[in-house]
Amino acid sequence: MDRTSKFSKVYLALVFIILYAPIFYLIFYSFNSGGTMSSFESFTWEHYAAVFSDTRLIMILINTIIIALLSALLSTVIGVIGAIGIMYLSTRKSRSTLLSLNNVLVVSPDVIIGASFLILFTMVGVKLGFASVLISHIAFSVPIVVIMVLPKLQEMSSTLIDAALDLGASKRDILTRVIIPYIKPGIFAGFFLALTYSLDDFAVTFFVTGNGFTTLSVEIYSMARAGITLTINALSGLIFIVTLLLVLGYYFVTNRPKNPLRSGGPK
Amino acid sequence: MKDIVRATIAIVVICALLFYANFQLNETTGRAGNDTISVYNWGEYIDPELIAEFEEETGITVVYETFDSNEAMMTKIEQGGTSYDVAIPSEYAIEKMKENKLLIPIDHSKIPNLQNIDPYFLDLPFDPGNEYSIPYFWGTVGIAFNPALLEDNLTFESWEDLWDASLNQEVILVDGAREVMGVGLNTLGYSLNTNDEAQLYEATEKLKTLSPNIKAIIGDEIVETMRRGEAAVALVWSGQAADIMYVNEDIDFAVPIEGSNLWFDNMIIPKTAANVEGAHKFINFMLDPEIAARNADYVGYSTPNEKAIELMDPEVTGDERFYPTEEMRERLEVYQNLGVETLGLYNELFLEFKMDAQ
Amino acid sequence: MQSSSKRTYYLIPYLAWMLLFVIAPIILVVYFSLFDLHGNFSFVNYQNFFTSVYLKLTLSSFWYALLITGFTLLIAYPTAYWLTKTKHKHLWLLLIIIPSWINLLLKTYAFIGIFGVFGPINAFLGMFGIDQQQILYTDFSFIFVSVYIFIPFMILPIFNSLDKMNPTLIDASRDLGASTWTTFTKVIFPLTINGVKSGIQAVFIPSLSLFMITRLIAGNKVITLGTAIEQQFLVTQNWGMGSTIAVFLILFMVIIMMLTGQKDKGVLLNGQNK
Repeated sequence: MDRTSKFSKVYLALVFIILYAPIFYLIFYSFNSGGTMSSFESFTWEHYAAVFSDTRLIMILINTIIIALLSALLSTVIGVIGAIGIMYLSTRKSRSTLLSLNNVLVVSPDVIIGASFLILFTMVGVKLGFASVLISHIAFSVPIVVIMVLPKLQEMSSTLIDAALDLGASKRDILTRVIIPYIKPGIFAGFFLALTYSLDDFAVTFFVTGNGFTTLSVEIYSMARAGITLTINALSGLIFIVTLLLVLGYYFVTNRPKNPLRSGGPK
Repeated sequence: MKDIVRATIAIVVICALLFYANFQLNETTGRAGNDTISVYNWGEYIDPELIAEFEEETGITVVYETFDSNEAMMTKIEQGGTSYDVAIPSEYAIEKMKENKLLIPIDHSKIPNLQNIDPYFLDLPFDPGNEYSIPYFWGTVGIAFNPALLEDNLTFESWEDLWDASLNQEVILVDGAREVMGVGLNTLGYSLNTNDEAQLYEATEKLKTLSPNIKAIIGDEIVETMRRGEAAVALVWSGQAADIMYVNEDIDFAVPIEGSNLWFDNMIIPKTAANVEGAHKFINFMLDPEIAARNADYVGYSTPNEKAIELMDPEVTGDERFYPTEEMRERLEVYQNLGVETLGLYNELFLEFKMDAQ
Repeated sequence: MQSSSKRTYYLIPYLAWMLLFVIAPIILVVYFSLFDLHGNFSFVNYQNFFTSVYLKLTLSSFWYALLITGFTLLIAYPTAYWLTKTKHKHLWLLLIIIPSWINLLLKTYAFIGIFGVFGPINAFLGMFGIDQQQILYTDFSFIFVSVYIFIPFMILPIFNSLDKMNPTLIDASRDLGASTWTTFTKVIFPLTINGVKSGIQAVFIPSLSLFMITRLIAGNKVITLGTAIEQQFLVTQNWGMGSTIAVFLILFMVIIMMLTGQKDKGVLLNGQNK
């Protein structure tokens, strides 16, 4: 057992190193006075100063975070409902049909999603901007939530519900006291991956945005033509550090006794 | 359940705070002005200081948005839902937009600075009489190469040099069907605007023999790759070559003798415009000699503005690699709108070539 | 639980989403796919799809998607397994997700630098006297970066099913004299199969339509169906052909869903046959 645990530690360390390597690479060059992500010249804070003096960039960042948080939240709600709905279906065929439909947006290339949403929005007459971007992000994040929540629902043994019913629990109680706590890890997984989807997307957002509203991804994408400035590196470095501190802080404040992703079980 | 509720409340509160912060920032930057125009341009294709100056001079607030391909831009303008007042597409896109009635005619009486433009760049076939478009920048397609990394003394005066055996896995191509097919067509001495299928198939076969030399087919990353000296040779637009040479002075640029593409990016007023008056003011502003000169310095592309050239460093404007003489331009061809059918064939063949390059 | 009125009431937001953002776009895509370049109704696009170029493209897309999914699973499963054994496992899990919140395009650019001829990897290899290697624009770099992108999508569902597993089951298996490998194949893996399936869905399906990194990292030496669709929409402006490829992509996805479909019945209703 000792040997495997040593091996497992090395393995995990390796995985983490690889996961964080590109981020540290970005942060390293954010201190480069040379202006590009090659040849490091000398140390400078100027790119960080540039971030704080660029109000447009900060506003774009704020927009990005609002869109990411709201779309992840709402798509999680819709996705959880959908996953429970899919599980309710009695026949295997109808379930796999619904699940296939659910996954259409996962398999569709962003350009198609973007173009068809654009057509949809202009047909309905939605003004392109914050609302259209938010709705699109919710739309393409729902499936990943369903995918993450379903396995937890499938694992849930029905005896749990039967027991609750026997004890006279109402449907509402069953949902909030039995089902939701049990699938909570799935819900959090879905939420976090919805955040990822939203923060990474540029192709769909490009099509459905307009009237001066943009997100960080679109901004970075359009910079690619002339080379991305190190200001963006500095901004990403800041986002990374702040996120890390928030997560660590949240974890240790709220979870001295228990933890947030605590894999459910009815409380 | 309790922590889910707590997390939800936290997210909502954070969003509300961020909304408030954004609102405050909006107030301080004074973006709420009534008179605004929305400019739709390629990324990093303007000196941002000029936008600020325009705002100061005219009191018009500029909303600046960017696109990365003519086609994506056209799709957005065609669908509407936005209010772009000025956009800067390439010539073939202008032809197409004209066809699809996506443009508003430009009132020349409101653009007195039009007289600063070299007449060579006016009244071109894609927009006779400049009814819909005003020149912004122009350039060519050619080969950027790093002599330090080349074994043989290749000059790239001919496209054939790309096929040199010493360039195994060294050539980067730009990811554009017409540019790459153009290499095949030019090498064989055919027109860049050919719709003769036999010529196109022949060009594809010729290109396939280039496969061993291909390192990658990429987009704007070419600039960084060449700057770092990671590849010896790249097919690029002249502006990209200028960008590369600005950082890495070892690099040279050549437009092969068999001919190549001559392109123009022009300012237009799309039908989505909400402030046509402001759009004219913006176009006129960009044609001011001093402004155009500064813009050309910043962007690095060739300006069609005669008066601006007089103000610029003669070493730059005298460089025939980027400001080819009229005689040299004779060998170059402007892309015509080939129609969907032929363009489809170009793309199909380009895809076939890419599959082959694997 | 079967009272249908209550059920539909809960389902409204999800069904509305599905109608607006799945069904409507599908109808749109199928509609577009039935028109040729001149806007005439025809099946010419479907005919075109069965030419050698697109069939080759489909095959190579599937091959790469398979490789990506395989490697992702191979790396993610042990990671998820050992993560559940760590002390602050949920914190570590969060730390797996955090890198995915930094913009993908930026990380891709970082990889271009890392893999570059003058990048850190080549510098490292150089210390051992190994010649400069062309890492970028190879199958290796493409699969590496794809696996990098998808790894959290595989780890999360597997972690969640491992985490819930009753440790006494493993002890029981051990007590009965099963080897570690048998315990894994006969006890652990079957119990996490739903998580694995979720992970595969979240990785395999989108890797069929990967684009952007096919250009940035693979230098267009790998072309997926997604890249082809993007080209048709954005360059050729042949929405008909682009839509046709999309229709096939959706069909392929449905087939995959059917193959990996849940064999067990809906446990919420009749979980007795679990």
